[in-house]
Amino acid sequence: MSAEAAHDAMNAHDAMISHDAMIARDDRSRAKRLFLVASLAVVVLASMWTTGVLDPERFADAWPAIAQISREMFPPDFRRASQWALPLLDTFTMSISGTALAVALAAPLSLLAARTTTPSMIHYRAARLLLNLLRSIPELIMGILFVAFVGFGSLPGVLALGLHSAGMVAKFFAESIEHADPKPLEVARAAGATPFQIIWRALLPQILPQLADTAIYRWEYNFRASTVLGAVGAGGIGFELISSLRILDYAQVSAIIICIFVCVTIVDGVGALLRERLE
Amino acid sequence: MLGLQQASVTYPGGRTALTPTDIQFAEGQITVLLGPSGAGKSSILRLLNGLVPPSQGAVVRKGIGSLEQPLAMRAHRLSTAMIFQQHHLIGRLTVLDNVLLGRLGAWSWLQTILPPSRRDRLLSIAALDRVGLAARALDRADGLSGGEQQRVGIARAMAQRPSIILADEPIASLDPASAERMLGDLRRICCDDGLTAIVSLHQVEFARRFADRIVGVRHGGIVFDGPPAALDDHAVDQIYGVERPAGALAAE
Repeated sequence: MSAEAAHDAMNAHDAMISHDAMIARDDRSRAKRLFLVASLAVVVLASMWTTGVLDPERFADAWPAIAQISREMFPPDFRRASQWALPLLDTFTMSISGTALAVALAAPLSLLAARTTTPSMIHYRAARLLLNLLRSIPELIMGILFVAFVGFGSLPGVLALGLHSAGMVAKFFAESIEHADPKPLEVARAAGATPFQIIWRALLPQILPQLADTAIYRWEYNFRASTVLGAVGAGGIGFELISSLRILDYAQVSAIIICIFVCVTIVDGVGALLRERLE
Repeated sequence: MLGLQQASVTYPGGRTALTPTDIQFAEGQITVLLGPSGAGKSSILRLLNGLVPPSQGAVVRKGIGSLEQPLAMRAHRLSTAMIFQQHHLIGRLTVLDNVLLGRLGAWSWLQTILPPSRRDRLLSIAALDRVGLAARALDRADGLSGGEQQRVGIARAMAQRPSIILADEPIASLDPASAERMLGDLRRICCDDGLTAIVSLHQVEFARRFADRIVGVRHGGIVFDGPPAALDDHAVDQIYGVERPAGALAAE
């Protein structure tokens, strides 16, 4: 064997060893990922076990009750349907005003809560804390509080929806702001723009579709959520629903649920249409 | 071994990308499709791996026949690797996992969800070794430079163990040095393994040095077909449609 050939063979040998070492390293990183997934699975299964999801006996008793109530729900009783039109319209206008309020609150908050636009880390942390607080008070509790503050009707519902949604909407807005392309912002800064000009002319045009997407999604969600708010006296179809439930009139309950279902479907359709237009 | 028989491509809306064309690609030869953007190079390549069906005519592979039937097309694709214009990598995966995508055609659905076998991973690292990137196998794909990412595309194609390589403008997004390296690696691998390669390019100089055979494409038809030595200035003008004054050629 010539010296050159021997050298080549050695190189090839080295290459084989390093490929093996690489596979071993790859194995370790795959094992790490597998461990992470397995730990996650353990947490999920443990949660399901402690909450009784995995206990078939708990479900055994449920079937007769489900059968009973299903029978009572059928046929749906639409005789009072004409009286639901106005509350449904209330629910509709509540969801729109609530979402508008949320967007108005979220716009300034999101600028403070986005790493790329916040004036300082203090503002950033304060804004994030406030958003967490808004999101941790359920809209139902806010509904009860605002009924106490401003009385019954749609207004407390709008305020509850607006404040609670502002937490989530601002978080998503901030996310969009952080993911915006920094290059056009540099263009504006280099051209001598003020911070307001940068936000209005370079940032907003980039992220407007995402912001609209978030707002529309939240509107759809708020429509569904506002049906519950009626239950605490904050206006809308929820009040009718809870009244029927209280007197155990399941035929009327199913009729109201069908009406809500139709409206939710319409709202979703309108949302999808708006999204298409805003692309 | 692979060819078009009176194949044409007309896109919905009536635009004709390729007029009825006959061409045969010989085994073990590197053919460069040369021509300006929109001339029909991409349409030929996309016909050859079934990304668009021929509007008329047929795509025929030796040993398989016409590729009209889905099963015939799948058999053809299993041994035909594609290199794309952009690298088409999944940025957050390792280079190795990206190269393993080339093995997909050989896997059952069970193999697809299980971790890749040691054999397939060794094969993929060996493929990376051939483009000088074995040491980067476990790095994230988006951490590589543009030229390196494009060479990962070659390794991914090699991991497929193909007999035919199709490359659509593989150097369009690269700087000259990276393009040189990319085509050099591709040519060496094709020659070593006796692969049939069909590569679309739009730089005349690269085509001359890289090809065994050059096919000039213009306005959806073939206007030149010959060895690189036959590609003179007149032929280049025909492909690119440059109108030069009568005396200009003689003066050069």
